[in-house]
Formats: sequence, C-alpha cells, structure tokens
Amino acid sequence: MTNHWVDIKNTDLVLIMGGNAAEAHPCGFKWVTEAKAHRKARLIVVDPRFTRSAAVSDFYAPIRAGTDIAFLGGVINYLLSNDKIHHEYVKHYTDMSFLVKEEFGFEDGIFTGYNAEKRGYDKSSWNYQIGADGYVVIDPTLQNPRCVYQLMKKYYARYTPEMVSSICGTPKDAFLKVCEMLAETAAPDKTMTVMYALGWTQHSQGSQMIRTGAMVQLLLGNIGVPGGGMNALRGHSNIQGLTDLGLLSNLLPGYMTLPGDAEQDYQTYVEKRASKPLRPGQLSYWSNYNKFFVSNMKAWWGDAATAENNWCYDWLPKLDKGYDLLQVFEDMNQGKVNGYLCQGFNPLASAPCKVKVSGSLAKLKYLVIIDPLATETSEFWQNHGEYNDVDPAKIQTEVFRLPSTCFAEEDGSLVNSGRWLQWHWKAAEPPGDARNDQEIMAGIFLKLRDLYKKDGGAFPEPILNLTWKHRRPEAPSPEELAKEFSGKALADVTDPKDKTKVLVKAGEQLNGFAELRDDGSTSCGCWIFAGAWSEKGNLMARRDNSDPFGIGQTLNWAFSWPANRRILYNRASCDPSGKPYDPKRKLVAWDAAAGKWGGADVPDFKIDSPPQDGMNPFIMNPEGVARFFAVDKMAEGPFPEHYEPLESPLAANPLHPKNDKARANPAARVFKDDWSTFGKPDKFPYVCTTYRLTEHFHFWTKHARLNAITQPEQFVEIGEGLAAEKGIKGGDKVKVISNRGYIIAVAVVTKRIRTLDVAGKKVHTVGVPIHWGFKGVAKNGYITNTLTPFVGDANTQTPEFKAFQVNVEKA
Amino acid sequence: MQVTRRQFFRICTAGMGGSSLAMLGFSPTAALAEVRAFKLARSTETRNTCPYCSVGCGVLIYSLGDKAKNAPGEITHIEGDPDHPVNRGTLCPKGAGLLDFIHSPNRLKYPEYRAPGAKEWQRISWDEAFTRIARLMKDDRDKNFIARNDKGETVNRWVSTGMLAASASSNETGYLTQKIARSLGMLAFDNQARV
Repeated sequence: MTNHWVDIKNTDLVLIMGGNAAEAHPCGFKWVTEAKAHRKARLIVVDPRFTRSAAVSDFYAPIRAGTDIAFLGGVINYLLSNDKIHHEYVKHYTDMSFLVKEEFGFEDGIFTGYNAEKRGYDKSSWNYQIGADGYVVIDPTLQNPRCVYQLMKKYYARYTPEMVSSICGTPKDAFLKVCEMLAETAAPDKTMTVMYALGWTQHSQGSQMIRTGAMVQLLLGNIGVPGGGMNALRGHSNIQGLTDLGLLSNLLPGYMTLPGDAEQDYQTYVEKRASKPLRPGQLSYWSNYNKFFVSNMKAWWGDAATAENNWCYDWLPKLDKGYDLLQVFEDMNQGKVNGYLCQGFNPLASAPCKVKVSGSLAKLKYLVIIDPLATETSEFWQNHGEYNDVDPAKIQTEVFRLPSTCFAEEDGSLVNSGRWLQWHWKAAEPPGDARNDQEIMAGIFLKLRDLYKKDGGAFPEPILNLTWKHRRPEAPSPEELAKEFSGKALADVTDPKDKTKVLVKAGEQLNGFAELRDDGSTSCGCWIFAGAWSEKGNLMARRDNSDPFGIGQTLNWAFSWPANRRILYNRASCDPSGKPYDPKRKLVAWDAAAGKWGGADVPDFKIDSPPQDGMNPFIMNPEGVARFFAVDKMAEGPFPEHYEPLESPLAANPLHPKNDKARANPAARVFKDDWSTFGKPDKFPYVCTTYRLTEHFHFWTKHARLNAITQPEQFVEIGEGLAAEKGIKGGDKVKVISNRGYIIAVAVVTKRIRTLDVAGKKVHTVGVPIHWGFKGVAKNGYITNTLTPFVGDANTQTPEFKAFQVNVEKA
Repeated sequence: MQVTRRQFFRICTAGMGGSSLAMLGFSPTAALAEVRAFKLARSTETRNTCPYCSVGCGVLIYSLGDKAKNAPGEITHIEGDPDHPVNRGTLCPKGAGLLDFIHSPNRLKYPEYRAPGAKEWQRISWDEAFTRIARLMKDDRDKNFIARNDKGETVNRWVSTGMLAASASSNETGYLTQKIARSLGMLAFDNQARV
C-alpha cells in the first residue's frame, strides 16, 4: 500500500477492483465502512462476481475476468477526452510534458522492437528524448505530438465506451457511471483510494493492470494524498516483509537487485542502479545505492567485505535468467533440479497445473519441508485416492518433514500491507519437538558450514565467512536478527557537513538509512528497515495508538518503513508552493519559518528543500515525477494495452482482430511443452476464476476445526444462466474440466455471477474457491490448481489463476 | 456499591489501590460464594499479530500459567486487541479460528523421513535430519556449483537446489533465510509473493 489501512477512512471514493476486501481482508475493510459512515464516501466495486464487497457498495459493475486494462484504459480515455484531470498535479508531478523518442511506435497491438520468436522486445526506442544538457527534453505546453500527454491521449482514444463494453461485457451505462464517479475526484480537495489484490496480480498481464490503475490515480491527482493511493492488499501476513527483504529469485534486501552475468564489474553494477537525475534539481534517491549495498554486504560478510574485494561483490550469485517459481518447476520437470526446500510454502496446492507440479516434485532427489502443518506438498508421494492418485513405489524422492513453530510460539516482526513492522511475542511452547524457523535454518546451515570447514568443497568462502554473531549459534534470536537488519555503526559516523560532529558512535544502532555510508563504516541488512531498532530500542514494538492529528496516522504505533513514513509520496499532497491541496486533510506542508517540511507524517522528501527549488515529489524516480510512460521498465510496453488472457472465450483480441500476435500478451513467457496444455473455447467455453472465502485462509484453515465447520466442503459457483443451460441444480455434484485436469465439487447456483455479453456472444463465468485439499480437518477435496494454466505475468511471472477456460458437466 | 470479585479484580488492575478501596468499605462480598476464580484471572496475556492476511490485526493470546519454567503455558483463548489501531478488537472469521490452528491435530510434532519409494513416514531425530539434509545439499552443491559460465565470467551460482521461503514467517526468519540462501549461491529462490 502507498497508504495504510486506517487512512482509508480519509477517502471520498473507494474503488475495489481486482480484490474483495470485505471477504479477504475483513478487518481492513472496516475502514471503508468508516469512510462511508463518517465522510459519506462512496464505494464502487468492479468484479466478475457480485462479492460481499459489492453487496455493500454504492455501485457495482460486472466485468469479464481478465479485461481490467480495457476497462481502465476506457477510464483514461474518458478522463482525457472530457478533461477531467487534476491539471496542476499532472503538469508538475508527472511525465506528461516529457518528449518520447521519435523511433517509438505502436502498430496493431505491438510496440516497436518486437521479436516474435523470443516473445520479447528490444526496448531501445522506449525512452525519452535526451537534450544536450543530459536532461529529458520537455514541452510544458503539452502541445508537442511526441510529449507523453499527446501520445497517451491518442493511444487510449481507441478505448471507447463501446469497445470497453464489448471486451469487458460491462453494460455501457454502468461503465460510464463508474467513469463519472471517478472523475469527480479530479477536484484538488477530493480523493479516491484504489484497493486491489490477487484479482489484479494473477493474470498474464497483471502488472499492467495495476499500472493502468495507477495511471488513473495520477490523472486524478490521487497519489500521495490522505485517503488516496494505490493500495495492494497483500495475501499473507508477511508477504510484504519477505518482499522487502528480497526473498525473490532476483532481489537483494530493500529492492536492490542481483547482478546479471554480464555485470562483471562492480562499479558498472552500481552505476547502473544509482540513477542520476533526469531533470534539473531532482533528488533521485537511488543515487545512494552504493551506501545501501555496501552496508548490506557488511551485514552479511563483516570484516571479510572490504573495499579491496569490492565488498565481496563476486560472492553474490549472478543471474543468467529468471528463476521464478514457474521457471524452477519447469527446470525440475526437465530433471535439472535435484533438491528443493519448502519453508511454510505448499506449492502442490498453490502453484498452477497440479499434474506438472506433482510430476516435477517426483523428479527431485530430495525435498525438505519446514512447516507447522502437514501440507499436501509434504505428502505429494502418498496415495490419497482420487485427490492424489499416485504410486509411492515409483517416486524415488527422499522427503524430510521438519516441524516448525506457529506465530503464537515465537517472537518477531511482520510487515502488514500498510508497511508497518509490528512486533509480536511468544505465548507458549510449540507442540512436541517443533522448533522455530531460525533454529531450523541454523541447524541446516551450521552442519553445512562444518562440512565445508572440515572437507572443503565448491567455493566455501561465502559460507565460512557469513556473519554469525549469535549468543547461541544454534538458535539466532529474533532480537539479534532484527538489530542486524536495522543496522549499526561499525566506526563513528560523522556529519558530512561537519566531520567533527559524530552522529552515531561505533557499535551503536543506526537511526535510519540517511546514516548509511559506502566506506564500510556501517552495517545494515535491509536499508529500508533501517532504524526499526535504534538506540531508542525496538520501535516495532511500540504501542502508542494516539492519533494527535485525527487522520489516523498513529506515528508511534510500531514502525513503518521507510523512516516511519506512513503515506508514500506525501509531498504530492501539496501544491508546487508547498500548501496542502486539501487543508482539511493536511498531511505535510512547507514551513517557511522553520525552513523545513513537516506535519502529520514523516515527509517523503528532502526535508529542507524549499518549494521554489522545484524538486518534485517522486524522489525515487530519476525524473522526479511519476511516469505515465513506463520507459523500458515493463516487459510488454510503456503503455498498458489490453490483451486477452492466454486462455479466453474469444478467438481474437477485439482491439486487434486481425493480428494473432496481439491476441494474448505478446511478452508472456510460455514454455514449449505448455502450449499444448492450453484449451480452446470450442471445448472449454466458460471463463473460470479462482477466489478466496471469508471463512478460510488459503490452505491453512482447513486444518482448523472452527473454520472447517463454517465451510466444510468444496464447492463451485455457477450462474443461473449456465445452470439452466446445463440442467444443474444447486447441490448437484459437478465436474469442472480444463485442458489440464478436472475437479468434482458441489454446485452452488447463484445470481452473483452474471452471464455477460462479450463481443456479440454470451459468456458464462464459473467461480472456484481454492481452499480444499487432501490434508485437513475439513472434508477432503480436489486441489483447485489442478485446473489452472502454467503461465504467468510477463513481468513477475505470477500465475494466471484469475482467468482461464473450463467446461462444466454434471458429475 | 456491590462489587463482584471480578469487578474488584478489574478495579485493582486498573491501577487503583485495592487496599484503600477495602478501607473505604468496598470489599468483594460476592466472591465469598464463588467456588473457583475466573480462569482469566490466572491467565497470561500476550500480544501477537494474526498470521493470516496482511491487515496485521493485533491479537491477545491468553494462556494458562505465568510462563514459569516448569509450568508449560497452554493457550486457551485468542481475541482481537482492542488497543490495535487497525482492528480495534475485532477479528474476522479466519482470525476467530486461530485457536484451532494452534491446536490443530495436523500440527507436526517430530521430524520425519520418507525414504525413496516408501509408503509411510518414519520418525527421526533433529540431528539425523540436519546431518542427512546437509550431506545431500553439500553433495549437490559441490557437484553442480557454477563458478564460471561458458564465457568464463564469474557467476558463482548454485541452481540445482532451490527453496521456497514462507511469507507468513517473521522478518527475522526471512532475513536469516535470505542471508543463508545467497551465501550458498542460490538463485532458484522465491516466496509466496510470486504466486
């Protein structure tokens, strides 16, 4: 979230699209209710299903799963052609005036530089015109046909209300009603929040859906303001934290990235990431990259990391390709992976195309499961009848299952969606011999380290020199680890303006990332968490819920990264002269007398930069402004374009009916053998979308009796139209079939899923909740991901769980 | 003024001097008739965070015992933390079942091992598990570690073993796991943020 849960109460309008907060995030959704009750805010829900969020909305619009870019592209067209945008905000705080290279173009669904064989782009034309002074050329009048404003206006003119309605199946009047309501928030003192979740991420074009939402928010001036923002409602309690800490194939902590093979030179690696400002007077905060990087390497390798050895740069693995979950299961399927560790992750249930995942696991030599619960993955080799029909004798994988603690049995911090690091305390001992994850990781690591110490082996240096300063080496404590990622001074840290002034003494915990240095004098395992545990103590454990400004900021509750800031880009809540756009919802402002920014939040800005200096609010971008034109950052193009899901009810993309290359995402990666697993609409005519229930959480709560009682048995939802066609009554057993397998479940016949008119034909949608499996105290059921396709978003490789094709028959 | 034992207990814990109240004549008369004290009065309250979705609701965990070494605490009740600024004491139907997650019959209690081709689990010790896992990992790493690629560039990666980390585990676990994985040269490494 750019904002946070309580801040939703400050909004005028809520758009829930690609999510269902009332059911998936119920206690956060109460802040929508609060905004409705106390600010007369309105709620719009756009969803293929009439969810419980929709049930309490002021306006609901149905949409075909997977067509959100068409819908939002239509909104952009409406806002631009009716001139319903926040002019000052857009002109000063976005790239609207930036000129784009002449070579850049777009033709029949494909941008310049496409290579159909590689399913990817040469992105060299996707950039700005750079002037002789090294800065981007701009046209403040927005008249130049190559400026982002003009390009974008022309680009989205194709997204007419008729086209939107035809692609999305949303009635035209419903679409226009949503446009009108959204457009009202272009007023400087009105705002909207966008709440989304996996309903946007789990598509082959999910990242671009989110970008389109963000573009709408920028046009309306709703980013960086109280009650505004792009708010990702994340799926797990610490999925934010693990992302922040960089536990993804290509990341280092704090959104730093691992080098690629070609980046042999450390200085070049840093320079590429430490972006210089692209406009005069801009901050470009990533220019400090080396400070974050060196401090990280000091945290990991201590005295072994020196200026002479480039702070152990070569000890980091380099990437020759992406190693996302789908790629790894593909490699596993090809017999290239021998071992796998699953720590609290149940891929047999949560990865797409169960038959492929199960077959891949069976090719492993060893599998290690670390979990508090008996997961399906841990028993992928065991026969569980129709739900897991395998022959154990044929599976040669060695499997270890190690019991870990659950939340109630450990201390530590979790990061919620609103970026709050909240500390929790242990209440009881775990059952049996279960151990906490830190002890388990230490147990494996220390054995490995001993073996390397004793016997040597491949490149032992990073293992032997990994910092391990724990009172009990076999059980690193949460306190020790939290202090390590928060950071400390290794030598006295002095004020750069006055070297005689010591800011932090050697050995002390740092106050924040501003104190990080690139000379090896600071150590910090995650720069964005810096200061979470300072000399003041564990700020994550703070419990002062007072709200002196009355807008729900609670600055002394827990710790919010970065720098305890609660709302990102908050400088954008003020006009260029530093005055809040809405004086009633004042977040930060320029205080001329004090010569600094201040207010109800930690300013997301250079604190002493006066408005007349012209520094812009988006300090993490070298442009200083937000981007409508994504330059080369996205896989499929600088402007989001609607493409059909890989499996769709349409044979062609209505925007590009004659270009088969532009039917589905042209940059989506599809493995060779998977093309044949995709179904065509003739055999699989119905759109299927998977989802979550109020009473269950993923695949855990089927192990909990109370939740199993409230939702005991697997079901699927089908609309009345489809049920009538197929002669299915509520309570009948039905078989839902994709080209990859089938599930059998009870049918719930509902008015909640409508039949839509799409491109001149009737399209039915089937809804399948995900929560069942063959382990648990609820009734056993089929793993829903038996049905789903093995393809992901072109940028993140998040699987396309929300839109694929099935058939339905009575079982 | 009638004060039950429980109310009296509350007044005391609210910070007012219990003895001075008694001196004023407010003694817990109803308590005399009680057979046993309220369980809550002998419970330990621990602040925690719901491990399910990302709202991060504060929860209060009540356990029997006072965390003394020889008195293992038994968690008896969980409710929303009324002081928490986001959930203000509420829990959703997922979080309301937390107690049954902790006490699920499917909680794992001991390290287990499944041999190649076997139909069942067998129980093993932690040391056996760590020793065997470390041996498998080291053999695989030593055999398949790529120090240099075909072009002779330094790449130092190990991609024949992978790992999925847990996005419901703490930052402290995540940080330690990240550090270990990268020190081994792992790249086939993700968490649920990817799905």
